[in-house]
Amino acid sequence: MMDLWLSFVELVHELIPWFDGSVAVVLIILIKAVALVMPLMLVVAYFTYAERKVIGYMQLRIGPNRVGPKGWLQPIADALKLMTKEIIFPTKANIYLFLLAPILAIAPAIAVWAVIPFDEGIYVTNLDISLLYVLAIGSIGVYGIILAGWASNSKYPLLGALRSASLLVSYEIVIGFALVTVVMIAGSVNLNTIVEAQKGSILHWYWVPLFPMMIIFFISALVETNRAPFDVVEGESEIVGGTHVEYSGMTFAVFFLAEYANMILMAVLAVVMFFGGWHSPFEGIPVMESAFAWVPGIIWLLAKTSFFMFLYLWIRATFPRFRYDQIMRLSWKVFLPWTIAWIFVVALMTQLKIGPWF
Amino acid sequence: MINNIKKLVKDFSLSELRGGMKITAKELINKKITVQFPEERTPISPRFRGLHALRRYPNGEERCIACKLCEAVCPANAITIESEMRDDGTRRTTQYDIDLFKCIFCGFCEEACPVDAIVETQIFDYAFVGSRDGNDNLQGQFGSVITKEQLLDVGNKNEKTINQTKLEDSKYR
Repeated sequence: MMDLWLSFVELVHELIPWFDGSVAVVLIILIKAVALVMPLMLVVAYFTYAERKVIGYMQLRIGPNRVGPKGWLQPIADALKLMTKEIIFPTKANIYLFLLAPILAIAPAIAVWAVIPFDEGIYVTNLDISLLYVLAIGSIGVYGIILAGWASNSKYPLLGALRSASLLVSYEIVIGFALVTVVMIAGSVNLNTIVEAQKGSILHWYWVPLFPMMIIFFISALVETNRAPFDVVEGESEIVGGTHVEYSGMTFAVFFLAEYANMILMAVLAVVMFFGGWHSPFEGIPVMESAFAWVPGIIWLLAKTSFFMFLYLWIRATFPRFRYDQIMRLSWKVFLPWTIAWIFVVALMTQLKIGPWF
Repeated sequence: MINNIKKLVKDFSLSELRGGMKITAKELINKKITVQFPEERTPISPRFRGLHALRRYPNGEERCIACKLCEAVCPANAITIESEMRDDGTRRTTQYDIDLFKCIFCGFCEEACPVDAIVETQIFDYAFVGSRDGNDNLQGQFGSVITKEQLLDVGNKNEKTINQTKLEDSKYR
């Protein structure tokens, strides 16, 4: 693949003198980025469709079915609608901050995807500190929401932003500690290495020794992405739409994209950290392993991710919204002590070399 | 003590959350019973009282003889009738208006009618267009006051169904 690319670069260099190695490097990065972002946006669009369908079915409805066969063109229609709508700026709002907010929300949501390993050797970049990068860049997303609340110059967005900020700060700690246990077992903060370390069988994946951490991570991911039942940031019944109140048209759509991109990211992260990334679940089972050897790793990763994405919808359809102080209590009084306690358990397990994981 | 431990185990095994999710998962695969309204309709009783219609005899003569019994019995005073003698000496209406905003669809006019002229059909999905008397009406639409011509028109268009439903219902009267 790389040889082919290099010979292609040489060929073009003959024809166009300024097209040398450095331009080719930029070009290949651009191609990688587009190859990642375009499918991601498509998945986001159809994730909204899946959400409406699944929640509809769970509420004994049938969901959207008017645009195109079985409603398959609904996301396209939604996108067109949002693109053609007017962007309204509130009076006395700071327009620059107002426009900066959605950009700040979506940029990290997409940038984080650069280090996600989709298959053995399939990634945009292989950072040695990719987990730190994920946590660091992921935290920047909260600035988008805070700025949106502040720049709108309106009370409900401000309240939503305050809630969001305090929630994200509390749960970032929990997520950090939960992932520390993974790092302790894998001995690396490189996502590729973490996935490599889970090779073996379905029991070698880290969900077995870190089962409580897996659950805590997933619940915290719900809070981080402002999903039901923790979506107090946009609690319709109290603060209308939270930070989104003053946003319309494409600016709102960008927030929407960022939120869903983050959800899919958290699902992928759960798979990479706890469910063996691209490894087949049939590894280590004599006949099944060879029977499913032809399936590429990326398919396994996407299948596992889809399950977690479905779990998001399932949870949203099931549970009522938490009260704000209950979410806070859950974070500081339940999750944080448990994660810290589990760090000690994992430290003990690593020292005693229990199980196949260490 | 034992109860505390039981509660602790119950809480940390998320048993109640799992119970809730089991229900939604069950509903996910349940058969949906939504009726897609304009394409699908639920069955309607022959006794259903919807939009009014004026009927004609099979030879084309209008049934209404302007006896004004419906006007008299109407509890909402929704019916207005004017009549005169036609050239062949019979009494016929010149005006037969029903104000559908006043009408309460009780069906008394139908009961009172000695010649089965005014009936209530099974039509319920109609719309008022334009002003009160529907002067600027579109084809087949009417204002809140439905006139004699429009009532006769509804009757002409739906004579077959009206005949059938009244026949079905007659067994129980």
